[in-house]
Amino acid sequence: MKIKIVTLLMMMVPALAIASGGVHLDKADVDLDNKESLQRGAQLFTNYCLSCHSAGYMRYNRMAQDLGLSEKQVEKNMMFVADFSKLEEGEPGKVGGLMKVALRTADAKQMFGTKVPDLTVVSRSRGADWLYTYLRTFYLDESRPFGVNNTTFKDVGMPHVLWELEGLKKAVKETIKDHDGNETTVITGYETVVAGKMSAAEYDDAIHDMVNFMVYMGEPAQLVRYKWGVIVLIFLLILFIPAYALKKEYWKDVH
Amino acid sequence: MNKLQALMGWVDARFPATKMWEEHLSKYYAPKNFNFWYFFGSLALLILVLQIVTGIVLTMNYKPDATLAFASVEYIMRDVDMGWFIRYMHSTGASAFFIVVYLHMFRGLMYGSFRNPRELLWIFGVLIYVALMAEAFMGYLLPWGQMSYWGAQVIVNLFAAVPFVGEELSIWIRGDFVISDATLNRFFAFHVIAVPLVLLGLVVAHILALHEVGSNNPDGIEIKKNKDENGIPKDGIPFHPYYTVKDIVGVVVFLIFFFAIVFFAPEMGGYFIEHANFEPADPLKTPEHIAPVWYFTPFYAMLRAVPPMFGSQFPGVVVMGGAIVVMFFLPWLDRSPVKSVRYRGPIFKAALAIFAISFVVLGYLGVQPATPFLTLMAQIFTTIYFLFFFLMPWYTKIDTTKPVPERVTS
Repeated sequence: MKIKIVTLLMMMVPALAIASGGVHLDKADVDLDNKESLQRGAQLFTNYCLSCHSAGYMRYNRMAQDLGLSEKQVEKNMMFVADFSKLEEGEPGKVGGLMKVALRTADAKQMFGTKVPDLTVVSRSRGADWLYTYLRTFYLDESRPFGVNNTTFKDVGMPHVLWELEGLKKAVKETIKDHDGNETTVITGYETVVAGKMSAAEYDDAIHDMVNFMVYMGEPAQLVRYKWGVIVLIFLLILFIPAYALKKEYWKDVH
Repeated sequence: MNKLQALMGWVDARFPATKMWEEHLSKYYAPKNFNFWYFFGSLALLILVLQIVTGIVLTMNYKPDATLAFASVEYIMRDVDMGWFIRYMHSTGASAFFIVVYLHMFRGLMYGSFRNPRELLWIFGVLIYVALMAEAFMGYLLPWGQMSYWGAQVIVNLFAAVPFVGEELSIWIRGDFVISDATLNRFFAFHVIAVPLVLLGLVVAHILALHEVGSNNPDGIEIKKNKDENGIPKDGIPFHPYYTVKDIVGVVVFLIFFFAIVFFAPEMGGYFIEHANFEPADPLKTPEHIAPVWYFTPFYAMLRAVPPMFGSQFPGVVVMGGAIVVMFFLPWLDRSPVKSVRYRGPIFKAALAIFAISFVVLGYLGVQPATPFLTLMAQIFTTIYFLFFFLMPWYTKIDTTKPVPERVTS
C-alpha cells in the first residue's frame, strides 16, 4: 500500500507543479449520499479536530438529524468539549448547542503561534480537494516546532494530529534544474518511517470520510438543495407549456 | 359585475386607478415587433422585486455587527427555515441583475434606443446602473468575509486617491481609518434603505419616461408617426395583454436558468460567491489576490491598466469613472441618420462588436492577477472601450446606411 501512494505521488510531475505555481491536489470524490461515510467522518472530526478547532456555526443535533444518528449517540460519542463562550470555567456542551471549542484564542496563539481557524465552512473556502490532499501530506521535518511540515500548506502551525492513524513519513526529495539552470528541491514522494494504526489505503479512506463530512458541514442544505432543485425545475418546465400556449393564443391576431 | 363597476367608479372618482391601468398597460401601445432582446427590461423589474422581497426576509436574521455578521449569515444558511434558499436567491439575484441589465443596455446600443427622443430615458437608465453598482458594492460587504472586507478596502481606498481631500474623504466614507464595524453598519443602512429608495425612484422615472415617448423597436422606427383614425399606432399593440403574456414566457425561461443556478451551482464556481468569502474578515491578513465580483471586473481592469502618475492612483480612478460617465453622453455622440443596427453600415456593426468584445475581455482581465502582458492587454482594450465612444461622432457620420422602411418589419 505504501508503494501505491508513492507511485501515485510520483505521478505528479514535479515540473508541472512548478509551472502551475501551486501544489497538485488529489481528487476528494465527495459523496454526500453515503451516510455511513458521513458518520465515520463525523466521528473522526469530533474526536481529532474538535479539540482545538471549533465548528462554531454547526449544531450537534442538526448533525445528528442529518446523519441519521440519535441525540444520545452524539452526546455519548461526539461531545467532549465544554462550552466556554458564556462561563469562564466552562459549561457542559448541549446537544442543541453549537460546536464550540475549549481552546481559548490567547492560548492557541501561544501554542501554535496563530489563532486556530474555525472549520465549519473551511470546505467552502479551501475546497474539498485541498483538504483531502493537505491531511495526507504531513512529513517529518526537524526544523518545525512540532517536528512535521506539510507539502500542501508549507510551514503550517498545526501538528500532525492524525499521526497515530497514518504513522509518520519522510519526504523523498529531488533536486531538479529548470532551463535557466536554477536548482529547486521538490518533494516527489513519501516513505513511511513509523507505521500507524491504519494502512495507507485505510488512511486515505478515513480522510475521504472526514472531508466528506466537512463538505456536508460547510453547507448542510446540500442534502436537500439538489432534490428541491429537481422539483422546481420540473415544475417550471411544465409551466412553460401553458405559458407558451397562452402567448400563442393571444398573439394569433397580431400580423 | 355591476357592483364591481360601481366600486371602480367610486375609486376612479377619488384615485386615477383605471386611468393609470390604461395609460401604462391596457392602452400603452408597444411596437408589435419586439424580439428576444426586449425581455430584459421586464426581467430586470422582476429581479428588483425579487431582491427587495428576499432582502427583507434576510434582514430579519442578519446582524450588521462586525462580531456577529459572518455568524448570522451562517445562521441563515443553517438554522433559519429555508434560509439558504432565500440567501442564494439574493446572491444569485445580484449577479442575475447585472447579466440582465448588461443585456438590456446592449439592446439599447444595438437598436439606438438612447437616441432622440429617448435621451432622458437613457440617462435615467445609466443612473439606475450607477445606483445598482453602489447597491451591489455595499451589499457585498455585509457577509463580512475576507473578500467583502478587502474588496471594500480597495474600493474605498480609490476615494483616498483624490488629490488634496482624498484621505479625509475616505475616512468620512468608512467612518474609521480602516473598514470596520462603523463601515459595516452604515453600508447596511445604505444597502437596505437609502440606495433601494433611490433605485425605485429612478425605475419609476425610467418607466414614466419610456411611456411618455413610447418604446423603440428593432427597426428603430417611431411607430407614433403612423397612426390610424383612432389615433392608435398602426404597428402598436396594447402592452396588456400582448406583452404581459409574452413576458410570462420570458419569466418562466429566465426562472429555469435562475433556479438551476440557485439550486445546483449557487457559487457559480466562485464567480457569484467567491471562495475566499467563506473566511471571516481579518483586518490583519491581506489575501494574496483580491478580485472584485465579476460584474465589476471590466472597470477594475481599467483601473489597474492605468499606471500611477506622480505617485498617485488618481489617473486610474479617473479613467474608471470616465468609463461610466461617458455613457451619459451617448445620445449626443451618435450622428448616424438611422437608429437601428439593422440599417447601419459595416463600420458601426464592427465598432459595436469590437466594443462588446473589449468589455468581455476587460471583465476577464479583471479577475486575473496583473502580469505585465495582461496589463498591456488591459491597456489596449481600455483604449478600444473609450475609442468606441470618442470616435463615434466621426464613424457614425461617414458610415453607410440602408433605407429605413416606413413600417416595422416582422
